[in-house]
Amino acid sequence: MTRAQQRIAIATAVTAAMLIASPAFAQSSKIDAADTAWMLGATGLVLMMTIPGLALFYAGMVRKKNVLATMAQSMAATFLVSILWALVGYSLAFTGDGPYIGTFERIFLNGMMLDAISPLAKTIPESLFMIYQMTFAVITVALVAGSVADRLRFSAFLLFCVFWLLLVYVPIAHWVWGGGFLGSHGVIDFAGGLVVHLNAGIAGLVAAIVVGKRRGYGSENLSPHDLTLAVIGTGLLWVGWFGFNGGSALGANSRAAMAIVSTHLAASAGAFTWMALEWWTRGKPSVLGMISGAVAGLGTITPASGFVLPMQGMLIGLIAGAVCFWACTWLKIKIGYDDSLDVFGVHGIGGLTGTFLAGVLAVGALSASPEMPGGVSGLLEGNPSQVLNQLYGIAVTLLWSGALTFVILKVIGAMMPLRVRHEDEVMGLDVSQHGEALQ
Amino acid sequence: MKLVIAVIKPFKLDEVRDALTRIGVHGMTVTEVKGYGRQKGHMEIYRGAEYAVNFLPKLRVECAVASEQLDQVMEAVAAAAKTGQIGDGKIFVMPVEQAMRIRTGETNVDAL
Repeated sequence: MTRAQQRIAIATAVTAAMLIASPAFAQSSKIDAADTAWMLGATGLVLMMTIPGLALFYAGMVRKKNVLATMAQSMAATFLVSILWALVGYSLAFTGDGPYIGTFERIFLNGMMLDAISPLAKTIPESLFMIYQMTFAVITVALVAGSVADRLRFSAFLLFCVFWLLLVYVPIAHWVWGGGFLGSHGVIDFAGGLVVHLNAGIAGLVAAIVVGKRRGYGSENLSPHDLTLAVIGTGLLWVGWFGFNGGSALGANSRAAMAIVSTHLAASAGAFTWMALEWWTRGKPSVLGMISGAVAGLGTITPASGFVLPMQGMLIGLIAGAVCFWACTWLKIKIGYDDSLDVFGVHGIGGLTGTFLAGVLAVGALSASPEMPGGVSGLLEGNPSQVLNQLYGIAVTLLWSGALTFVILKVIGAMMPLRVRHEDEVMGLDVSQHGEALQ
Repeated sequence: MKLVIAVIKPFKLDEVRDALTRIGVHGMTVTEVKGYGRQKGHMEIYRGAEYAVNFLPKLRVECAVASEQLDQVMEAVAAAAKTGQIGDGKIFVMPVEQAMRIRTGETNVDAL
């Protein structure tokens, strides 16, 4: 060995020893330009899902007299939840490692300077992680509104946003993603099958039951006034979902790419399946069916997206199209609730199905990390306990979100009427709630 | 003078207009209306919710014509609006007492 080679060998050994010996050095966080760039873009994509994506998707499915009121709900959820998230929501959801709730460390974004980095996202600025998570809170609250479209008072909705964000969304986000008891128990939810979709879905179901059916449900024609808006909204949601699921990798990496591929294939398979089933059972392949299937596929792949391979994503989309079609066209009628825009049938059932399937199909190699070399394996890789973990997460989400949504609506209902007056509902919420109307 | 009111299928409007222009009827009023006759409605299905659409979109074409031209007008409208399928519409005729062109003050047949 020459002297030069010796010197290199020693230097390498010393460096390696330092890396292992010093935990502070090993865990030191450095903002990565590529990760930051991708997450900046992903944040924009997810915000686009709510405004204008969800606003258009929902507004196209209501009657013409309720279009602006429906868009107002997406718009209000966006600004109100964003403000609350910065004031207190983020801190309670994503700081500390308490099993049930976070801390007040970042209240009013206190101490979030240029160099701040969250331990939950070590290669991007904490301000970016905060606003990325904010867009998730926004869309979850906005999703719930669809089940009670056409009849909920706007003032009651605003109060609902405040209470529901702080008492339902924030705790569940903390439990699953913020270091709480579900995440540490081993429940996997890549981008929000539990936190976003099942959560919004069950809340939507409870809200639809508490608020009651639309006047004329079952007797009058309540058909969508302009499905072209809903198709545009679906397109924006679909593209935005690349940021939703791809961004949940929290970095510009292969896992993000894999999540996007699974997501796109699930959406495609969901749309195809719903269309085929509708064509077969009802005689015509409707446009509403195609877009419903696409959104069902997207919602269902969400919890599994960073844990499964593309072909499994396609399978999940296929199952999503069938299960959600069944929920919207049979289950809803059988149980007899009026979930105006099928928040439960599409997002609730989709989120539940996807969370379960993630436990069945998870491929360990996708989530392998230095801390967890084997990654998270599902039932098919010989880990049946993952399915139990997933069922545990589903049960907790259903119970907490369902029960708290009920209580919140009852409390608001004691303060003010939840519904608009009879004549206002007939006249339409655009005029009665906002003093505006489509001509 | 007579007022001819024809309720027709919307896509037939241009043909009806051309037919009337050809026989010298200059001017008509068109309104979008909904209604049903023997055609009844149809079913629409939205995520499993079935709605009977009883009122179908039609166009109501009105034109005032000289009494002696009435038969010719009715034939022209009927020929142009006909598809032979159910739902082609109907033609109604009513008497008109007076007419005036506002700009010139011309009255009755001169005003048509």
